[in-house]
Order: sequence, then C-alpha cells, then structure tokens
Amino acid sequence: MEITANNKWISIHPAVLAMIAALGVTVDPANIRCQKFEARSSHYLARMGLFKTLKIPFNVPFVEHEPAGRFIPITRIRGSDELSRFIADMVPLLHLEPEQARTIGYIISELARNVIEHAEADHGAFLCAQYYKKSNSIRVGIADTGVGIKQTITRSHPADTDLEAIRLALRPGITGTTNREGGTEQNAGAGLFFIKSIASINRDFFVIYSGNALYKLLKKPAGVRPRLHADPFDDRHSQEENLPAWRGTVVGADITLDQTAEFSALLDAIAGTYKAAVRERVQARYRRPKFI
Amino acid sequence: MKNIVLFNKAGAFAENKDIARDIRVKEIIPALNSGEDVVLDFEKVEAATQSFVHALISDVIRKFGSAALDRMSFRSCTPTVKKIIGIVTDYMQESLGPE
Repeated sequence: MEITANNKWISIHPAVLAMIAALGVTVDPANIRCQKFEARSSHYLARMGLFKTLKIPFNVPFVEHEPAGRFIPITRIRGSDELSRFIADMVPLLHLEPEQARTIGYIISELARNVIEHAEADHGAFLCAQYYKKSNSIRVGIADTGVGIKQTITRSHPADTDLEAIRLALRPGITGTTNREGGTEQNAGAGLFFIKSIASINRDFFVIYSGNALYKLLKKPAGVRPRLHADPFDDRHSQEENLPAWRGTVVGADITLDQTAEFSALLDAIAGTYKAAVRERVQARYRRPKFI
Repeated sequence: MKNIVLFNKAGAFAENKDIARDIRVKEIIPALNSGEDVVLDFEKVEAATQSFVHALISDVIRKFGSAALDRMSFRSCTPTVKKIIGIVTDYMQESLGPE
C-alpha cells in the first residue's frame, strides 16, 4: 500500500481518511509505504490518528491539539456497546447545540450499526469527523472493508449492479435481511434513507461508495425548497460506475450546522415519504381483477 | 400494568438496538402475552433512532397486530421521539395491511 499526497497542500474528506484507515489495517505495516510529506498541512493526518491506526511512523513534529470542538480522530468500532460508549463520549467533545448533537449522533449511530450488523467486516467500522469553523459544518466519514452493499441487499432483493444495490439500499423499507414489508424484528431498512433525507433536507453533501459504484447527492441551491424522494434517483444527484472496486462500503456526509433543519420538522417530511413508499409497494403487490 | 423505564436501560440517546431487543423479548412481549398492558416510559430520553424504536416495537405490532397499540402506551416522549414512534407504527400498520 502506498500513501501519497500533493507536495504543497493536503485537503482530505474524513470519508477518504476512513477509507485509508480501513484499507490500511488489512495490510502489514511493513508493506505500507508512505511518502515523506512536504505539505505543511500533513500533520493533519497525524492529528487525525492515521499513522497511529496504521502502526507506521510519522517523523514530522507537530502540535497535538485537544480534539474538543474540532474533530473526532479515526476510530474503529467493532461492536454494539462500543458504539454506544463512543457516541456518549463523542457528543460532548464536539460542543454542539443539543439539536445539532442529536443529528450527528443519529447519523453516526445508524451508519456504524449498518456496518456492525450487515457488513461482515472483520476489522469493523472506521469513522472520523472534522468540524469546519468557517462553514460551521461537520464532515463525517465511515468506511469498512466488508462484503459491500450488493452482497447484502441481494440476499432479499434482486440487483444486477453495485449502483442498483446502492439505489435499493437508499430506499425506505428495503433491507437485505428480508423482502417482507416492515422488515424483520431488528431491521427496517430505513437507516440510509433517514441519513440521505437529513442531508437532502439540509441541502448537504452525501456520498455512498460500494463495489464499483458511487452515488452522490448534489447540494441543492438555496431558494429551492428541498423535497424528499423515496427513490434516490429522483433526487438531484450524480452517479458513477466502473470505479476502482471498493470491497466494502464508504459513506461521507457534510452537515451544515446553522442550516440544520429542526429535527422534528425533518421527521414530518420523512414520515410522509416513508408511508407513501410502503403503501406504493404494498399496492404494487395487490392482485388485479381479471376483466374478460 | 407493566411500566418500563427506557432511560435506565438505553440512556438519554436511545440507539442501541440490542438493548431494544432485550426489552422487547424479555419484558414487552411476555407482559402482553400474560394479559398485562405495557407503558414505555421515555422520561429523560432526549432522542431515539428509528432503528431503536423499530427493534423495540415493530415485532410487537407484527405479533399482536395494530391492537398492540391499544395495550401499549408511550409516556413522557419528547416531540422528536413521538414522531419517530409515529413513523414506525405507521409503516408497520401500513405493511400489515387492513385487519
């Protein structure tokens, strides 16, 4: 594994850091080659815990900042209780308003639980986040090297491609654990739909990458009233196929804190879209009268 | 009447689905099976994920039908928690179809 960066500057989304960490821990540290970074911002990688996670040296001196209010360094989550403890510790670190903390906690909980429950990732979920004062936003990234969305979703729903699998995973009420409407007793298939909805209603960035496909929700221009859609392809988005295959899943989301719609108002919008999507699927299975 | 205090088990941010499952399997369903009504007390629970609420009550609605909602009450919910519960009860009843 080789880690390189531009000599003058480094600008890296937490989702990419999470990917490097998730991939890096699958490699013997002796086989990780990391260029000697020259960019002044390279100490950012050290502060975020990349070298520590990969067990490789970083020889440029840097000042270790207190993470409080700024970032969540790369963290590996492997179990349910570990996740609960992490969320409880994380929320005070970010010094957010209760409403904002709730949104971030919600996103991290749902994303990490997806990995714990579905990804079959031996190394767990890698996540990190960064607060940006200028834009008053938080960027969150989570990555795993598990089986990927296509393998899990096709246990219950047909999908020929990674992109089609991502599309299904983002629809409300679609889970790889069953094709029964309403899900199983433990899974509804709603987590990713909720997160995409949070990003969509706040006009925020959201990206999901699994296998060779990537889906990116495009930021809506201000002034356009956001509307939720059950089918992610009805949202303003871009999509890519034939990318280098990522064995596992990566999710990145930016949450602009001063735009964060009141969570309960968001839930009203989600409720309507969700119910309509379920009703539509149930009705699609109705037997039709035969007129002869 | 069985009163279940969620905060004592799930904390202020109710998101751990394993805890939700334990409450459902060990407390809610046995109580309903034995003819007791259930109160889920959300006092001091500031937020809950949809996944937590789904793990807590979806199977109860599937097993007992929408009549489960006549025998199960939700106390001291914040507006947000109320809405999450509403979403789950709506889609579960929608998926069960008319009874």
